[in-house]
Amino acid sequence: MAHDATAHETADHGAPPRGIGRWLFSTNHKDIGTMYIVFAIVGGTVGTALSFLVRMELAEPGMQFFGANFQFYNVVITAHGLIMVFFMVMPAFIGGFGNWFVPLMIGAPDMAFPRLNNISFWLLPPAIGLLIASVFVDGGITGGGGAGTGWTVYAPLSTSGQPGMAVDLAIFALHLAGASSILGAINFIATIFNMRAPGMTLHKMPLFVWSILVTAFLLLLAMPVLAGVITMLLMDRNFGTAFFDASAGGDPLLYQQLFWFFGHPEVYILILPAFGVVSQVISTFSKKPVFGYLGMVYAMVAIGVIGMIVWAHHLYTAGLSVDTRAYFVAATMVIAVPTGIKIFSWIATMWGGSIEFKVPMLFAIGFIFLFTVGGVTGIVLSNASLDVALHDTYYVVGHFHYTMSLGSLFGIFAGFYYWAGKMWGRQYSETLAKIHFWLMFIGVNVTFFPMHFLGLAGMPRRIPDYPDVFEGWNRIASAGSAISAIGLLVFLWLVADMLLRGKKAAANPWGEGATTLEWSLSSPPPWHTYQDLPNMEDLPQAQEEHP
Amino acid sequence: MRVVKAPGVLVPGVAAWMAGAAAAFAPGAAFAQESDGAQAIGYSTDWQIYFIDAASPIMERIIDFHTFVLIITILIAVFVTLLLGYVMVRFRAGANPVPSKTTHNPLLEVLWTIVPVLILAVIAVPSFRLLFFQDAVPEPEMTLRVTGSQWFWTYEYPDNGDFTFDAVMLQDDELADGMLRLLETDNRVVLPVDTNIRIEITADDVIHSWALPAFGIKTDAVPGRINATWTRIEREGVYYGQCSELCGINHGFMPIVVEAVSKERFEAWVVEAQAKFARNPLPAARKIAARGGRLPVDVMAREDAQHSGLPREDAQHSGLPREDAQHSGLPREDAMARIHTE
Repeated sequence: MAHDATAHETADHGAPPRGIGRWLFSTNHKDIGTMYIVFAIVGGTVGTALSFLVRMELAEPGMQFFGANFQFYNVVITAHGLIMVFFMVMPAFIGGFGNWFVPLMIGAPDMAFPRLNNISFWLLPPAIGLLIASVFVDGGITGGGGAGTGWTVYAPLSTSGQPGMAVDLAIFALHLAGASSILGAINFIATIFNMRAPGMTLHKMPLFVWSILVTAFLLLLAMPVLAGVITMLLMDRNFGTAFFDASAGGDPLLYQQLFWFFGHPEVYILILPAFGVVSQVISTFSKKPVFGYLGMVYAMVAIGVIGMIVWAHHLYTAGLSVDTRAYFVAATMVIAVPTGIKIFSWIATMWGGSIEFKVPMLFAIGFIFLFTVGGVTGIVLSNASLDVALHDTYYVVGHFHYTMSLGSLFGIFAGFYYWAGKMWGRQYSETLAKIHFWLMFIGVNVTFFPMHFLGLAGMPRRIPDYPDVFEGWNRIASAGSAISAIGLLVFLWLVADMLLRGKKAAANPWGEGATTLEWSLSSPPPWHTYQDLPNMEDLPQAQEEHP
Repeated sequence: MRVVKAPGVLVPGVAAWMAGAAAAFAPGAAFAQESDGAQAIGYSTDWQIYFIDAASPIMERIIDFHTFVLIITILIAVFVTLLLGYVMVRFRAGANPVPSKTTHNPLLEVLWTIVPVLILAVIAVPSFRLLFFQDAVPEPEMTLRVTGSQWFWTYEYPDNGDFTFDAVMLQDDELADGMLRLLETDNRVVLPVDTNIRIEITADDVIHSWALPAFGIKTDAVPGRINATWTRIEREGVYYGQCSELCGINHGFMPIVVEAVSKERFEAWVVEAQAKFARNPLPAARKIAARGGRLPVDVMAREDAQHSGLPREDAQHSGLPREDAQHSGLPREDAMARIHTE
């Protein structure tokens, strides 16, 4: 199967090159994964700062910081969304944990296409650079510059509504980030299908690897559509085409259809890897194999497939025919079934276990609770008849932050604490991490739960100032944002503390529950791993105990 | 409900003058003061956590159905949380040192697939019924046409003499005592109660969304497309809403105010309005600018300067009068007439 992989093994491949070249020209999945994670921490910090600015502006009625510069407010919410999606969650899960642990978990020496891996990462810094540049053109922050279109970049606000260069730069940023994701997706699919160690059959793969595989397929199918639709935007903006211009025979809703054909799979791209991480963590700290492994695998596959065909539930108020809406209601509701299977299987994995409440487990349990809340508000929103009252209100903001801000982010932190010792060879401080968890858990709930009330009461999204009746819950949400901002500072401190003063991490700090292959390696693993391929028959059974 | 304090508590004369000025700007508001009896205020109140009271059959059904779904979802969330809590206590390492190795239970797995399907079916049936109810416009007795522009709404009454007017948000210093900040407009949409009203919604420049929480209406205003919805207002009162699709710089500042009155009062208002809006004196955007409103003038100037080299008249999104307004798809002779009579 993979005998060739060891054929080129030579002694001088054992140690990393010194200097900047190690990172700039890296073809090593661990180094590239580390760069992705550092990039995600930087992106997440910037994105959090932007959201904090928004929450402080909304802390009370009237304008606090932005003055009459409403354009800049729109730029900030746009940048917050784009950065969190493209430059925080995706790099952390797919580029970071995916790069680090997919090869380790399947017993592969590296990714299938190491140079492709390099370009996947190095497309991201210019991408975020273009996005940052877009803020400073067209008059800059004070002169009404920047792309203030929302992360959805709806036409015609993004075409005739925003001339100048800013939106063009933002589009180029998405082009680069999208190309990066497509290349990464190809790499993961090739790696997972071709480079599994002997005995590592598809149905023995850890669930995290499955989650990355499904995610990679979603990326491969959805990202080209995004690239296409924003290229059409670019043409409309600069070359006189009229794809989305109703006065010249185009259709603004065409943009929304195409965007959400990408956009809805995208939200599953953000959450599926969290499912994978949470499955590993729950199994490890319950000291039990995952309950209903095959059900979990095919629930993820089902979520991926159905996730591709529900996009127009974002368009319930746009003027679709009633039959179209009825179809999308039905399809959207169906997603609740595989999602429910996952939630119950995680609880069943814990059932009968011997649970240790280490910090990764706290984040994973927090994830289950919060994703359940985000899930049931999703059931409410799936009804087109109810969405009329809730569409584009803070209810939706609450809903998607419960799934993405709380869901994905808690998945990322669960993975970070689970694997930090493995990646850096140093163990984080359990005390600081517990403080971080509680600050985050309280902070995000205080921030986002009141948003459901605001939305039910009718407060629209994306407004820089609001009618005075909404003051109370907005104040509380802003207080919550301050708590999670402190949580972020504790996290950054914890990372520094871990790298500078952390105790040496054991090969397997989690004990008998940690059965996947990466725990059979030292912490950190050698620069090149599996120069002799592991054979699954020799190792403790990773997943299924086939009865 | 917190309302804007009249600045004239200290200077009564100024307050009276302000109120008068605002009333002059806001014939709808003046009209409301004349009407008798209990006036519903169709908007949220402080610390509101649920829908406001319904004023239309659609919203009544939305609230009923939502309450039904909410109860189900709360039960699900509580069930999962209790289960999670029980597992965390019962199977903590201290209480259960030796983990079981159970990884399958076919009956359980079938159950947690089938039961959610049944729950969803229970939700789906009333959901579809309500969806089709919302969609089917009953025999309309009158029509209101709504056009969204950056950043005001234009209303037409084709069945009542075909007059038209703009509704622009009142700035803070134009508010009279008791008015709601960010929610009041210079002209209110006056509509009769107990009447089937067809509402046709479109836009002039970018996408907006015409939303009125008390009526259960939220319909995107899309350039080149007319989206129709309907309502039947059941209670007199003043109902507020806000634009609900990001439409640029002043997205937060194009509120919607509907004043629902008796059929007799509506007839009287129509006569008044026909005279008043026969020649709409000033296009709305100019009005905002003239009053030093929230139009960021520097941005307008910059955008004009950077106007792309392509000959696209419709790239004029600056909020200035738009001769190309006809691409909205609606018959807009009167809008055109207004522009030409200036």
